[in-house]
Amino acid sequence: MRSNYILETVRMIDEECLDIRTVTMGISLLDCCDSDIDRSCEKIYRKITEKAKDLVKTAQDISLEYGIPIINQRISVTPISMLVSVSGGDPVKYAKTLDKAAKEVGVNFIGGYSALVQKGMTAGDRALIESIPEALACTDIVCSSVNIGSTKAGINMDAVKLMGSIVRKSAEMTKDNSCFGAAKLVVFCNAVEDNPFMAGAFHGISEPDCVIHVGVSGPGVVREAVKEAGPDKTMDEIAEVIKKTAFKITRMGQLVGTLAAQRLGVPFGIVDLSLAPTPAVGDSVARILEEIGLETCGGPGTTACLAMLNDAVKKGGVMASSSVGGLSGAFIPVSEDAGMIEAAEKGVLSIEKLEAMTAVCSVGLDMIIIPGDTTEETIAALIADEAAIGMINNKTTACRLIPAIGKQEGESLNFGGLLGYGPVMPVRNVSAKTMVNRGGRIPSPIHSLKN
Amino acid sequence: MRAVISVIGKDRPGILAYTATECARRNINIEDVTQKVLEDIFTMIMIVTIPDNADEYHAFKNELESSGEEQGLKIHVMHEDIFNAMHRIG
Repeated sequence: MRSNYILETVRMIDEECLDIRTVTMGISLLDCCDSDIDRSCEKIYRKITEKAKDLVKTAQDISLEYGIPIINQRISVTPISMLVSVSGGDPVKYAKTLDKAAKEVGVNFIGGYSALVQKGMTAGDRALIESIPEALACTDIVCSSVNIGSTKAGINMDAVKLMGSIVRKSAEMTKDNSCFGAAKLVVFCNAVEDNPFMAGAFHGISEPDCVIHVGVSGPGVVREAVKEAGPDKTMDEIAEVIKKTAFKITRMGQLVGTLAAQRLGVPFGIVDLSLAPTPAVGDSVARILEEIGLETCGGPGTTACLAMLNDAVKKGGVMASSSVGGLSGAFIPVSEDAGMIEAAEKGVLSIEKLEAMTAVCSVGLDMIIIPGDTTEETIAALIADEAAIGMINNKTTACRLIPAIGKQEGESLNFGGLLGYGPVMPVRNVSAKTMVNRGGRIPSPIHSLKN
Repeated sequence: MRAVISVIGKDRPGILAYTATECARRNINIEDVTQKVLEDIFTMIMIVTIPDNADEYHAFKNELESSGEEQGLKIHVMHEDIFNAMHRIG
């Protein structure tokens, strides 16, 4: 083997923050359904602690043996609204059970306190959604998501309206803790069933009983590769450089995923090719865009660079893995990306520009801190805009907006750890109340009729 | 299993000898060594066979990496498969 390959890998891990962002175990809870909620919770606790008992240890062993940092181990479960529909009762009991089981096995997040309501809501769905603020406030590591739209079904505007108030309440109920509740809640359009990343992970009903997904990372590696290529290369040559880098990163993810699945005795699911930033220096997607040739992320040219980056990452990654899935692309969570934070602080990166960026990247308006007095109707309208981009473009979009209760533009909010910190970003202060209050559905677009 | 030991640091006498001695002490066989000094920077890649005992391997890796750090050397011990996966198709 050529020594320059070996040194390249060592440098990627040592200096460019290359890591496996998450090994996520998806666990189906369908066999835990019971008409008695307490029995249902008991079965869930037993199943999670049994299936995932060796997850953390296995990931740590692989990390040590292969010399690859594996940052997170997580669990995703069947959308809990389905269990609520069977059992009735207070859904928060499920949240507490998930929290307890996840802590017992040592993972750092568990996702699946979720409902899929793109076309309509059952009583169980509604009960779950209404319980989200309390569930997120009284648990530590439970994540929640609600899918309110899809290209096939259109956008459920009743659910959008409801989510506007749920996002706000989730922040209000955790206002003494950096409004952390809202940071654990994602509102999706076209949610995927095999996403390993939080806070939006849940275990779809078409998935097997138990499965291992892997999410890779590596914005720092891509940035260094672009930097090394220099300013004289054309955009297509830069795309080639990114493709080759994404290939290498994904191969590492594929290796780790296959090993973890083998050792845990469960099937391997997918590698999610996402470039996932962290607030650490050198681990930023914004910096890649700047390396391509922008003075600051968020300025003119940003959407074009991001479109190229997102596409090149997929093209490079897809051949490196037997099964690519999840969200796969470039994430742009503002508070988790040092370059985005700086661009937002400078006032160059606005919510409107981020919205345009979400039309070409893998998710949506992610980890954006908005003024504390933003009304629930305005939050709902932001969710509707973002969902419309996803619905029309046949892609996943999401909103993770954090109303900073008691704070205004110019102040900031700090979540700590991987979730980072960020400035309160201004929202256009004009009302969308009448539109949001109409409710009903935005019909699915004509190109959804493919049969 | 086969592992790759990479050592990078400021050149001085005894780096190769030190790494080789640590391997010998734990009955680890060296299969291949490549080393270069470029502008005062010492770089070495060693391919070794490590007994299949996970605890022994972890102990060796931790000890070598941390003792390297104390001497201002960046030492990494990694499973060979990672390099094959990342840099070879098939």
